[in-house]
Amino acid sequence: MSKKAIEAKKIKKYFFSPGKTQVLKEVSFSVNKGEFVSVMGKSGCGKSTLLYILSTMDTDYEGEVFLDDKLITGQSSNYLSRLRNEKIGFVFQFHYLIHEFSVLENVMIPGLKLNEKSREELEHIAMEKLKIFDMQDHALKKANQLSGGQKQRVSIARALMNNPLIIMSDEPTGNLDKKNSDMVFGIFSEIVQEFQQTILMVTHDQELASKTDRTILMEDGMVISHG
Amino acid sequence: MRVSLIVDIAKALMVARLKQTMVAAVGVTFSITMFIALLGFMNGLNDLLDGLILNRTAHVRFYNDIKPNEDQPINLSNEFSGGYNIIRSVKPSISRVSIYNNESIIRTLKGDERILGVAPKIAVQVFFNVGNVDIPGVLNGIQVDEENRLFAFSDYVVAGDFMDLQYSSNSIILGKGAAEKMMAEIGDYVQVTTAQGNRQLLKVVGYYQSGIGELDNLQSYVSLASAQKLLGETSSFITDIQVKLHDFNLSPELAREYRSIFGIDADDIQTVNAQFETGSNIRSIISYAVGITLLVVSGFGIYNILNMMIYEKMDTIAILKAIGFSGADVRNIFITIALSIGFVGGLLGLFFGFISCLGIEKIPFETEALPAIKTFPVNFNPKYYLIGGVFSLVTTYFAGFFPSRKASKIDPVEIIRGK
Repeated sequence: MSKKAIEAKKIKKYFFSPGKTQVLKEVSFSVNKGEFVSVMGKSGCGKSTLLYILSTMDTDYEGEVFLDDKLITGQSSNYLSRLRNEKIGFVFQFHYLIHEFSVLENVMIPGLKLNEKSREELEHIAMEKLKIFDMQDHALKKANQLSGGQKQRVSIARALMNNPLIIMSDEPTGNLDKKNSDMVFGIFSEIVQEFQQTILMVTHDQELASKTDRTILMEDGMVISHG
Repeated sequence: MRVSLIVDIAKALMVARLKQTMVAAVGVTFSITMFIALLGFMNGLNDLLDGLILNRTAHVRFYNDIKPNEDQPINLSNEFSGGYNIIRSVKPSISRVSIYNNESIIRTLKGDERILGVAPKIAVQVFFNVGNVDIPGVLNGIQVDEENRLFAFSDYVVAGDFMDLQYSSNSIILGKGAAEKMMAEIGDYVQVTTAQGNRQLLKVVGYYQSGIGELDNLQSYVSLASAQKLLGETSSFITDIQVKLHDFNLSPELAREYRSIFGIDADDIQTVNAQFETGSNIRSIISYAVGITLLVVSGFGIYNILNMMIYEKMDTIAILKAIGFSGADVRNIFITIALSIGFVGGLLGLFFGFISCLGIEKIPFETEALPAIKTFPVNFNPKYYLIGGVFSLVTTYFAGFFPSRKASKIDPVEIIRGK
């Protein structure tokens, strides 16, 4: 078993409008399993762009990405969809819950999509995930009845639903107040310690970054420090 | 892929935009309702109008036509056989209008499995003598019971009992128009004179009204025996043999076949009444065109509403894609929405269409010309309901096709990063 959850080799990425600009210049790094890694840099340094390439959603780049030691660069979009469903959990700055569904259903969606377990089992698992965040009492509420912090907790529970190999997160606290960001960060630390969950988090908050296992510093599309 | 998940998400999106979804469904319902009502009514009317002629017209009619002999003597002469002979001013020869050996012809026809029934007939040109006026008319000598069985004779006898024609000799059922001209009441006697000069008093036992004025002014009915007596002919004399088939589409073929076997003239209904077929077809085409136009319009409604929904639910689509839904899954979600709108709207449309057909059928429609009709005619053929149902699904599918393809192509990175 390899220790590397995800590895990027010489990633180059260009934006074409307006004009050709290189946003990533031969970025290479890797994240080990069970590691809580933050990517830090100033706004516009390409850290989010890098994250979306690693997330398999952006396929327009040069270089190679390995997930669990398998090359995922150049795979079909259906394969990548399945891979995202199974191995990657997402937490974004905005929670993106489906408002018409209950909290429990929102958490279950990745599991339903994976379609490996019965609905009853999935309900049970989703409930377990909610319990981690003390959200079980809200399970049957509609998603739009929750507060911002609660929604973000639900979306983390959803990211955990299929026990992913890695959780990727783009500014998870960017839209939250101090109290809620501390709580979200606390949750991240907790799942790293308790479940050895691998997390890759993009942030521009130095204080937050300093509390992670390792911080990758980026500037002008290049990694300047692997932490 | 779990279908129920796709359906659940589609349902959630529809509930989120319930009003628009309902408006779209009502559009489909309305167009399908109109489609069904229109087709049912149009085809009911078609059947009625066709029935006016077709029910009372023989599918094949055998008779001897009055025409010049095709084998003129000059053609039989060896001397002129090499040339192309042109004869001017040819006159029809004296040919018998009665059908020779008609009993055996009728027997043969009755033995044919394709044939529903055979009714012999005599057509006699007469004058009704009213005071010092002679009114021309045509007497049809008919075999009353067979005529009724095959051509619904009794439906058009508006006064009196049609069977009296058979039971009492020298009786006549007058055309309504002719009766009004002569002011002949039931029980009165009218005097007729044939072209040959035979005179006869006939007792009026009923009126006949077909709904076609020209016929009612001219046509009157007597029994076969009365007609033979009037002409001074024997009981083997008949001029027409009317044949009704199980499937009237076979009539040209049957006419051709027996024309050569019996050596007499045979007309089939398609040739004689070609214009009715054309009229019916055009009316059908118009109603289909209107129905399909309505459906296409409601299809545009669905297209708009789906586009709006996709625009509003960009975030949901993006997150679904991020957590592993493929483009095809997203497309299926929106196709499901479109088809649900089409299915529910279409089903309601079929139901309301049926209701409105029932309503139309209750509207009184009484006209002098159509004695057998009391309300508007409606055709309840399940075929139209099937077509309506299929159309509603097909149009909504196409209406959903382009928006859902657009949704499937949404790039989640753009949406998520755009915030």
